[in-house]
Amino acid sequence: MANVIIDGIQVSVPDGSTILKAAQVAGVHIPTLCYHPDQAVKANCRICVCEVEGQRLLQAACSQPVWDGMEIKTHSPRVLEARKTILELILAHHPQDCLNCIRNQNCELQDLANEYAIRDNPFEQMVRGLPQDRSTPSIVRDPDKCILCRRCIEACSVFQSVDALGLENRGCQAMVVPSLGKDLLDSPCVMCGQCIHACPVGAIAENEQIDEFLAAVNDPDKIVVTQIAPAVRAAIGEEVGLKTGAMDMNVFVAGLRQVGFDYVLHTNFTADLTILEEGNELLQRLKEGGKLPMFTSCSPGWINFCETYYPDLLDNLSTCKSPQQMFGALVKTYWAEKMGVDPSKIYSVSIMPCTAKKFEASRPEMNDSGYRDVDLVLTTREVGRLFRMAGIDFSRLAPSNFDSWMGAYTGAAVIFGATGGVMEAALRTVYEVVTGKTLEDVNFTFARGMEGIKEAEIDLDGTVVKVAIGHGLANARKLMEQVRAGESPYHFIEIMACPGGCIGGGGQPITKSNAKRAERIQAIYEEDAGLPLRKSHDNPEVKAIYADFLTEPLGDKSHELLHTHYTPKNKKFL
Amino acid sequence: MDYKEIMAPYQDLPGGIIEAFHAIQKEQSYLTEDAIIAAAELFEIPVKDAYGVATFYSYFSVNSRGRNVIRICESAPCHIAGANEVIAALEKELGIKMGESTPDGKFALEFAECVGQCQATPVITINGKPYGDVNAEKIPAILAEYE
Amino acid sequence: MAEEMRVVLRNYGKIDPLKIEDYINAGGYQALEKARSMSQTDVIEEVRKSGLRGRGGAGFNAGQKWNFAFQAQADQKYVICNADEGEPGTYKDRTIMQGDPHSVLEGMAICGYAIGASKGYIYCRGEYPYVVDLLNQAIDQAREKGVLGDFDIEVRMGAGAYVCGEETALIESIEGHRGEPRFKPPYPPVSGLWGKPTIVNNVETLASVPVILEKGGDWYAGLGAASYPGTKVLTLTGDVVNKTVIEVPTNTTICEVIYDFGGGIAGGKAFKAVQIGGTSGAFIPESLLDTQIDFDSMSAAGASLGSGAVLVMDETRDIVDVVCRIAKFFEHESCGKCAPCREGTMRLHKLMNKLNAGEGSAADIALLNKLGRVMSVACLCGLGQAAPSPVLTTIKHFQPDYNAKLQ
Repeated sequence: MANVIIDGIQVSVPDGSTILKAAQVAGVHIPTLCYHPDQAVKANCRICVCEVEGQRLLQAACSQPVWDGMEIKTHSPRVLEARKTILELILAHHPQDCLNCIRNQNCELQDLANEYAIRDNPFEQMVRGLPQDRSTPSIVRDPDKCILCRRCIEACSVFQSVDALGLENRGCQAMVVPSLGKDLLDSPCVMCGQCIHACPVGAIAENEQIDEFLAAVNDPDKIVVTQIAPAVRAAIGEEVGLKTGAMDMNVFVAGLRQVGFDYVLHTNFTADLTILEEGNELLQRLKEGGKLPMFTSCSPGWINFCETYYPDLLDNLSTCKSPQQMFGALVKTYWAEKMGVDPSKIYSVSIMPCTAKKFEASRPEMNDSGYRDVDLVLTTREVGRLFRMAGIDFSRLAPSNFDSWMGAYTGAAVIFGATGGVMEAALRTVYEVVTGKTLEDVNFTFARGMEGIKEAEIDLDGTVVKVAIGHGLANARKLMEQVRAGESPYHFIEIMACPGGCIGGGGQPITKSNAKRAERIQAIYEEDAGLPLRKSHDNPEVKAIYADFLTEPLGDKSHELLHTHYTPKNKKFL
Repeated sequence: MDYKEIMAPYQDLPGGIIEAFHAIQKEQSYLTEDAIIAAAELFEIPVKDAYGVATFYSYFSVNSRGRNVIRICESAPCHIAGANEVIAALEKELGIKMGESTPDGKFALEFAECVGQCQATPVITINGKPYGDVNAEKIPAILAEYE
Repeated sequence: MAEEMRVVLRNYGKIDPLKIEDYINAGGYQALEKARSMSQTDVIEEVRKSGLRGRGGAGFNAGQKWNFAFQAQADQKYVICNADEGEPGTYKDRTIMQGDPHSVLEGMAICGYAIGASKGYIYCRGEYPYVVDLLNQAIDQAREKGVLGDFDIEVRMGAGAYVCGEETALIESIEGHRGEPRFKPPYPPVSGLWGKPTIVNNVETLASVPVILEKGGDWYAGLGAASYPGTKVLTLTGDVVNKTVIEVPTNTTICEVIYDFGGGIAGGKAFKAVQIGGTSGAFIPESLLDTQIDFDSMSAAGASLGSGAVLVMDETRDIVDVVCRIAKFFEHESCGKCAPCREGTMRLHKLMNKLNAGEGSAADIALLNKLGRVMSVACLCGLGQAAPSPVLTTIKHFQPDYNAKLQ
């Protein structure tokens, strides 16, 4: 242990602790900017510099280890002058259009500027004048706002192993750019949006489509129907001043009606349906010697990754569309028929925790209903903005029920929002289908939690199925390398592109740390535990759709509407 | 141009991509996209990292430029020894501005920082070969070596 | 009159650098042999005792540095010769390598033996392709003769990045990355090239080592200034009569360097300023010319010895213009990793440009002072910390030059 004195407060911390860690122990706040709790120390912004007794140089608190007897001043005049000057330098090279910025009031640089009372910046305001990158339907890059902290690069390379973002040039010409300085669309980017969470400012953000939504609501000829993905409820509260997981599902529904949706349905319905289709597909592959291991196909960032980096393994992907796209195909066929409405008037909006979903909805093949299956994808953050815009007070809103035919769901669908959830949901159904017995304990706890790769052997009455779960694409890559080498022991692999699963998706409220992701996961499992039905095949509306429309899992109608195919991306470079 | 063949001698050098880029530029004076992609494959690193290296170092160019790269030192010792006159003379002689290449692709004109020949300021280099005590009168003869 | 003392340049001009026999006949590689007959700790102690401090600019005791790497436990260690001589006005390392390459190789091999490294790299700047060729020939000869034993040396060439003179940036560059400095600690003797204990020493430092082993640490410690013993190779540029390279004991004064060795100011003009240590060095006015060139005396005078470049300027020189040009250098050479250097070097240049164009105000000078003060303590590496030095020292010592250009 090392005894150190921070601003006169004596604390004892483990050897090798940084000044930043020691200050946390001492209850002293040191500002940071490039520092990220789940990433490697970078020490490049120099905002956290502190004065160490006897040292001429200021030391970065994030990288400097303490020694026994170290005396640290975290806000001496020298320190404050340095921090303020560095902030002035960064701000003077940053377009200060905070009022127009998507990260207004949710920006680490803005917070620091406020904290350090930056008023009359002595440095002349400059803007780089670089073009925005709007090449993908999911993500917008605004390099003028980039402060070169490099957190996005690490998120993309280390968490995700996508390697789309890197550095170009040096000195004040240096910039974070997609590979070879091209547009994101030409890079290996999978549009997962993890870079957005990493970005402390508004240099990378979702492609915001609020105006398109408002235009549809204003169009009297459009029936605006929405679906809500399972992970959204767990996090939407964070956007409107509630605690994580505190938004009641039916109050959420009421809120959506307030902002103008004509019908509110649930992606959970097609999540349950996915389990029926995908579970049966797995059983068919096991029985008939199909391609194994089978990979889940719910996560569009993962699909992009597989098409980009593992085009040789596309046959291993389940042919099931994602729940979003199954919903899209059904809402303009089955649901329109049930409701007696003209499908051409339906404007199908999905509310997703995900930026890659915007791309998925725009895939040319996603028009099996005869129309665009999903017309618009809004992220959790965009819906949060709609709520704030509408001035909704959720504490005074009367709960409202989902609309019929595609609004019922089970706990199995709810857990789709967390890593391991699709696996657990599938096992709840597959077990009962294979064994014909009732599953007494539906909790497959091995599948839960933030461990990067989880695995298990499941005994289905003599048939042993080996399964694995990976979240975050760096973990997916490990599992895929095994498959490519012919060394994968598994029959079934669940992959979600984002760390923590969809609750950590690129469209969720900005989260800097994995700790927040764990909170949302807890909210998901609490919701599951509180529901009367927890197995997908028990969903009454799922039973109804097979009885009235689809006839059976993997049937002709299913193949027409609910299944898809994949195409190698053939990127020139990776 | 078979980039991989040019770079092959450096393939087994850990971190040898910089040597490999030098080797390519000896052949064609700048790094094409295909060359960067080939290097990334050869050294088993992401293309974004190979590109990051290619754009970091002054001696590498990712834009096409003349075959013979003329660099004019403008560091302080050369600056006070009259580098500006040398720049003006070269621009006039070649009919191009600093940072440009001649239309026939023969010469590229670039700024450089100190090349370590300060006993004979001002200094220019052509393809790495230094010329000291340069002045306007000497320039035609120096360029003639590369005709 | 002061006299040159050739320790590092002992063989300069006396032997054919491309003939290893010449070097051996001059006593070369005997120090290596002697070192190998000693224990590793004795070799390190001899170097430590000599008081030899790094000639690259940081001035750390070489023996102590070696000891850190010796103490570190690892299956592989490295010796790197820093030949990325990039300080404008400096060509001493080139002179040493071109005149006597084997002295560098021998110094590296001694260091390798002392710390337990079997592999060495020479990182030579891309501006010296002809030196790379020469070094490779010398290494081939040494291999053929077997003098290096199991110590192997490889030459790597830089590609035009001044920042790679910083030891961790240099290491990044050898690893094939962008030459961006790492934060320290960990220091290279503990975790350097590919995470292994690594000694990075300057060419001049390593070329001094064989002599120290041969003649003893005590002998070397008795040369020059007590706290920074030995000799220093200096390169004289600018408005001196003799633009040349010299090697002098470290207790020589700046005045002696300029007037005795440099032959005074060219063209019969008067002295105005001298910048010592390369482009990041302080500008020194006439009043400080009696300062000794050793590390500590220079520090006390608010200057640094740095790489040993001596840029002399006569009375006609426009200080603000020269500093403006220097500021451009740093803007161009900043790696861009840390915010205060990336943004700060650009602002230093912008503000100097404004002043140089006669468009500046007293507020701009005050801002330069503040910015320089912050950069010198807050930047990640030595480049950003030293970049404001020419600005700060000229504002201090040559205020009238600035005032004359105010709006």
